[in-house]
Amino acid sequence: MRQIAFYGKGGIGKSTTQQNTMAAMAEAGQRVMIVGCDPKADSTRLILHSKAQTSVIQLAAEKGSVEDLELDEVLVEGAWGIKCVESGGPEPGVGCAGRGVITSITYLEEAGAYEDLDFVTYDVLGDVVCGGFAMPIRQGKAQEIYIVTSGEMMAMYAANNIARGILKYAHTGGVRLGGLICNSRKTDREDELIMELARRLNTQMIHFIPRNNVVQHAELRRMTVIEYDKDNEQAHEYRQLANKIINNEMKTIPTPIEMDELEELLIDFGIMEVEDESVIGKTAAVA
Amino acid sequence: MTTPEHTSAIPLQVLDHNDVFRDEVYQEQFENKREFENAASKEEVERVLQWTRTWEYREKNFARESLSVNPAKACQPLGAVLAGLGFEGTLPLVHGSQGCVSYFRSHFARHFKEPVPAASTSMTEDAAVFGGINNLVEAMDNMSALYKPKHIAVSTTCMAEVIGEDLFAYIGAAREQEAISQDFPVSYAHTPSFVGSHINGYDVMLKGILDSLSKSPDADASKIEKTDKVRLNIIPGFDTYVGNHREYRRMLELMGVDPIILGDHSASLDSPADGEYDLYPGGTTLVDGAQAKFNRASFILQESTLRRTAELIKDVWKQELVTLETPIGVTGTDAFVTAVARTADVKVPAELTLERGRLVDAITDSSAYVHGKRVAIAGDPDLVVALTRFVLELGMVPVHIVSTNADSTFKARMEKVLSASKFGDAATVWPEKDLWHLRSLVFTEPVDLLIGSMQLKWIGRETDTPLFRVGFPIFDRHHLHRFPIIGYTGGLHLVTGLVNTILDELDRKAPAHSYDAVR
Repeated sequence: MRQIAFYGKGGIGKSTTQQNTMAAMAEAGQRVMIVGCDPKADSTRLILHSKAQTSVIQLAAEKGSVEDLELDEVLVEGAWGIKCVESGGPEPGVGCAGRGVITSITYLEEAGAYEDLDFVTYDVLGDVVCGGFAMPIRQGKAQEIYIVTSGEMMAMYAANNIARGILKYAHTGGVRLGGLICNSRKTDREDELIMELARRLNTQMIHFIPRNNVVQHAELRRMTVIEYDKDNEQAHEYRQLANKIINNEMKTIPTPIEMDELEELLIDFGIMEVEDESVIGKTAAVA
Repeated sequence: MTTPEHTSAIPLQVLDHNDVFRDEVYQEQFENKREFENAASKEEVERVLQWTRTWEYREKNFARESLSVNPAKACQPLGAVLAGLGFEGTLPLVHGSQGCVSYFRSHFARHFKEPVPAASTSMTEDAAVFGGINNLVEAMDNMSALYKPKHIAVSTTCMAEVIGEDLFAYIGAAREQEAISQDFPVSYAHTPSFVGSHINGYDVMLKGILDSLSKSPDADASKIEKTDKVRLNIIPGFDTYVGNHREYRRMLELMGVDPIILGDHSASLDSPADGEYDLYPGGTTLVDGAQAKFNRASFILQESTLRRTAELIKDVWKQELVTLETPIGVTGTDAFVTAVARTADVKVPAELTLERGRLVDAITDSSAYVHGKRVAIAGDPDLVVALTRFVLELGMVPVHIVSTNADSTFKARMEKVLSASKFGDAATVWPEKDLWHLRSLVFTEPVDLLIGSMQLKWIGRETDTPLFRVGFPIFDRHHLHRFPIIGYTGGLHLVTGLVNTILDELDRKAPAHSYDAVR
């Protein structure tokens, strides 16, 4: 069983990419489980065709304790028999979402959810903000991380930050970076840029996913592209990514770069102009 | 300045604790305070107090959902510290704030009347925000320099668990930063106190220790010291009777078996006063812990407590596992002795049969006084199951059975024990209830005797019911933990205590014409 996790800037398309890739894996006969680690609990909707599945924490709150849960109440099978769990979490602004992730993953382990599987994936919210959201990459859990990014500056900035988080755990827990997934936003020279970023982070751009509206069409129907339109070219992209992950040999300890180096990279690719102190803080009208 | 003349001029008056507050000064203060406390009238207080003793109140009390009052349990890391103290040269380290460790140390010190070595990573507010990795590394550095342990057993407190501290990674960092060497043995367990109780903390820490030791270089079958005897692992669990550990050893040695007690804190918590303080006076050796998986079988003697340890033995060690109720009383000890004899392929020696006979004789001698007495029992689930079976053997009638930290298997195990005896019909079993529930039970359906820890003494005083102290904690009576309560010998100690508690009460309440010499 391989355990992998998807990280990346909020809104970059982690959940969509993950569900489509896992659908492609399951379609190819792999036994897959998706563990959503985001209090929003939206990591499994395309597999289950539902708005949001009942989460571990939600049900534990109703029943009084995780001890009272039965595995089949929170572990639901979706398309191609993909097993789906959402850890869930508190209402925005209260409690501790990170603790929720720890509680539910511990519960899943104790309840024997990790049996008869080839792949387990963790879909984690935006950044590794506290110990709870690092739970999936701690000892004995996800050993490979895939960072979803695009050619936009803040997405790359987040990717670099996540690489720093992985580096922290790489020496103590053995987690490795499996590659960057470029989820295209159609920015200039996007593929070259991400390949260069990957090189500097000591990893690879494992796949470039072109932008395609069919993803939105499928998503409106709460479906993966694989299921919605299996012969669509976009479905083939996800199949390729799934295949590359299955056969991925390149798992590295990342070498995160400094902010200055990241900015230089953007300047080199013409995304950012050489810093001109005189324009800083000037409005459009003045400039 | 204080001069000798000055001090001798004032006679030193030290009032006894019982008397000091009866002093006029205090009585006046108590009276004056009432004004600021917005106190109800004494009559009103008395009226409500009486009402809390009624059936009506009992029903309200049992409808309580979101409040515990006097739960009879402690937190997970307390159990984890005890597990650590059961191993040679082991210093328990608790990752969290200092206050937690102070509590564990004082709790054990009050029970065992012994110093209790345990260290803290001393997390403060900044560590709670940024993570306590530096605290853990520094703690290990200091421990190695000052206390030179052979093995560190790390557990966690609520704070560390809420922020998701990664012990495995931190221990790795401590090695990298040379606070401890690469091969220094460290075991760890996550012990969040907001779930479970001290028995679960004991379990996961013991599992952590056995798991790490059994992967150490000593865990090599070729290194095992040869013996003609069968080696059996005995796992007593969260057992605060150091006399029990010695009794297990004595019984097995009598039977010609080599006992390896896993988690033997009898040396740490009952060390002699010989003028030398030894930080690490004994315990299960690390080599014995490492090689335990090669022994013929493991005996688990606290089923609810040792659930995770049992999984390790069964699923990882793939060793024969014998799970028995704690061997208290005749039936319990018979089952234990029989299982040991069968597993180790030895005969039961005449000496044990003789001891059994003595216990049966003692029970018969006291039968007239204990038979038919109604009792309430409270405590940790495994102890309560075993004690209930024993009082049934004595012909006592268990009425209320409370275990705050009972698990889902408790009720079925109790039913089995109760249905096996004709004295079990009156019993009601109350898992997850607290001592405030027990108070209502005892007021509405009185009993002749309470059996449980010191925490029951207030119920005893208020309901005028004698208490026989068994379990943990017992801060207010001395030396009970030094004597076994398991085995035939332990049965003798228990029956002695039970009957004499009843006889004390009989004498105390006897009218002059019945205040007899012979009981």
